Amino acid sequence: MAKQIVKALDGAKAVAEAMRQIEPDVVAAYPITPQTEIVQTFSQFVADGLVNTEFIPVESEHAAMSACIGASAAGARVMTATAANGLALMWETLYIAASLRLPIVMSVVNRALSAPLNIHCDHSDSMGARDAGWIQIFAENPQEAYDNTIQAIRIAEHPDILLPVMSMQDGFITGHGVERVEVLEDKAVKEFVGEYKALYSLLDIDQPKTFGAWAFYDYYFEFKRQQTEALSKVPQVVREIGKEYGELSGRYYDLFSAYELDDAEVAIVVLASTAGTARVVVRKLRQEGIKVGLLKPRLYRPFPGKELVEALKHVKVIGVMDRSIAFGSIEGCGPLFLDLCASFYTYGNGKGPQIVDYIFGLGGRDILPEQIEGMVKELLRIAETGKVPYRVGYLGLRE
Amino acid sequence: MTVETKINLKELASKPEKFAPGHRLCAGCAEGIIVRQVLSAIDEPVVVATATGCLEIATSMYPNTAWRVPWIHNAFENAATTAAGVEAAYKALVRKGKIQDRNVKFLVFGGDGATYDIGLQWISGAFERGHRIVYICLNNEAYMNTGIQRSSATPLGAHTTTSPAGEVIPGKIQWRKPITEIMAAHNIPYVAQASPSHWRDLMIKVRKAVAADGPAFINIFSDCNRGWRHDTATTIEVSRLAVETCYWPLFEVENGVWKLNYKPREKKPVEEWLKAQGRFRHLFQPKFRHLIDEIQAKVDQEWEKLLERCGEKQ
Repeated sequence: MAKQIVKALDGAKAVAEAMRQIEPDVVAAYPITPQTEIVQTFSQFVADGLVNTEFIPVESEHAAMSACIGASAAGARVMTATAANGLALMWETLYIAASLRLPIVMSVVNRALSAPLNIHCDHSDSMGARDAGWIQIFAENPQEAYDNTIQAIRIAEHPDILLPVMSMQDGFITGHGVERVEVLEDKAVKEFVGEYKALYSLLDIDQPKTFGAWAFYDYYFEFKRQQTEALSKVPQVVREIGKEYGELSGRYYDLFSAYELDDAEVAIVVLASTAGTARVVVRKLRQEGIKVGLLKPRLYRPFPGKELVEALKHVKVIGVMDRSIAFGSIEGCGPLFLDLCASFYTYGNGKGPQIVDYIFGLGGRDILPEQIEGMVKELLRIAETGKVPYRVGYLGLRE
Repeated sequence: MTVETKINLKELASKPEKFAPGHRLCAGCAEGIIVRQVLSAIDEPVVVATATGCLEIATSMYPNTAWRVPWIHNAFENAATTAAGVEAAYKALVRKGKIQDRNVKFLVFGGDGATYDIGLQWISGAFERGHRIVYICLNNEAYMNTGIQRSSATPLGAHTTTSPAGEVIPGKIQWRKPITEIMAAHNIPYVAQASPSHWRDLMIKVRKAVAADGPAFINIFSDCNRGWRHDTATTIEVSRLAVETCYWPLFEVENGVWKLNYKPREKKPVEEWLKAQGRFRHLFQPKFRHLIDEIQAKVDQEWEKLLERCGEKQ
């Protein structure tokens, strides 16, 4: 295992630190709360000569992704960062980056989308981009944000994949929350990510290539089919790289992580920082003899439905916690609930636990352990009575 | 900046063609002519980014391509930034010793819609940051690719499908945006206006643009017979008339110094250029004729201002 240095870093600084160590060829970025700290920290690294990166301080997020696409098509290793409305402004180019199969890595510090304007955490920004063809990975804390950033480079650039990766963490909660982070030595990170050699490059002057041709009904369909094929290979690659990273750092990563799930009767499924709060609740309730477990998906796109069904099929009731609403979906549910329901319908052999959705934390609303505990008690009642009072509920909402 | 201004036609003809035949541009379209003039003016290796538009769709229909140079299309509004990204990648990769420095040039083609309207912010941002890109606007004065809709480059009185000439409204009711001036106001090293009818002037301008130490912009008048409504064989004639009437003056702004490149011996009335095109036909009805005078007044006003700027009024 490689030597590591313990630092006190917030999630944004942890990502900037990973970016410094990766030392991408090009970074194009635009400031937006709560991502700003990543760009400004990285700008300082550039100003201090700590990285040999070409930094493009663009005039908008759409321009950030536009420049990233140009630079990546030119064979450079490219990174950026954004949040909320910035990610929404990129919408058009997110699809282009994925469809051109460009392995760009973007850190997203999750924040609520307007209106009303809100700078605090929820997942509506990256959930709005979940069908864009990007790989999406959620981090629980600054340590995971750091580790995921490094692994994202390898995942994106893997020859079987060649797709962009969005690496998420919760705005302010972990983005601005200082925690203990174990940081690898620069050399170890550089060796882990290696050199990027693009399969095709715009700068291959002697063998000119056309990027971004147009295709109608005679070819477009096959391009899209190839994209889903590449995405289908992602879980295997994420696992391999998570294992390799574990051997290097001692921190092993998989598609999801489970806590007290093996014999659980009810389970909580939740993304990102709230998994930490939920774990505390599970620990407490376990001490009281309540059979509750926790599953925290790490890879969200492509959604590892088969693996999640395998891990959860023995429980009686699942409480999904969604930090965004998939507006207009059944019962006004969240996207994680939808994905999990579809997974059970697809892989559950006609059987499956009751699944209830709890919308929480929108616009940065605090989620308290007592609220999660109350939710678990409700799940237990459903398990006991078989009666589901409602399919989608709310935690911490004033009605 | 000093560039080779001698252009030998025989030599040009013997150069390898970078823009392949077989593309799907319309008969008589000025864009194909301009792209060939531009690419043959550049001896250095080039990477081209193209905004969504006629040129893009006519040259990159998968699995074919008309581009014998590296080429990228990203989206409609962001071609300048795409090229800026390529340029940044080039700088980084050369600096890191990953590729050789071959004095590569970065060229952008965008229509007037992509330049005057939807992409203005992206161009402005790239120019402010000083990327070494040459942005060429193929200005055919409307959204031709979607079927002739008005843009902010469309002149007063022109009929387009979204500024149609009707019983009471005589086509577009606004004048065009002075985009060349707006670009010059960015204080970039080189800005120019050109026309394919004056090909030697156009090619020298391209050479100056690629030699510039920073961003460069050339607004090239790009006749569209489908939208302008005239015979396919008269593209160059109509373009020349635009220059001769001073509707489309040829000038350049080199490191802040304005210079007129062509002064017609006799300034022709703008009416001659208008009547060569069906898009202005309705202006010749008695009820709309006053607009021709208005257009002439606009052209005169801009011409006088340009003469002054170029030190041609003593």
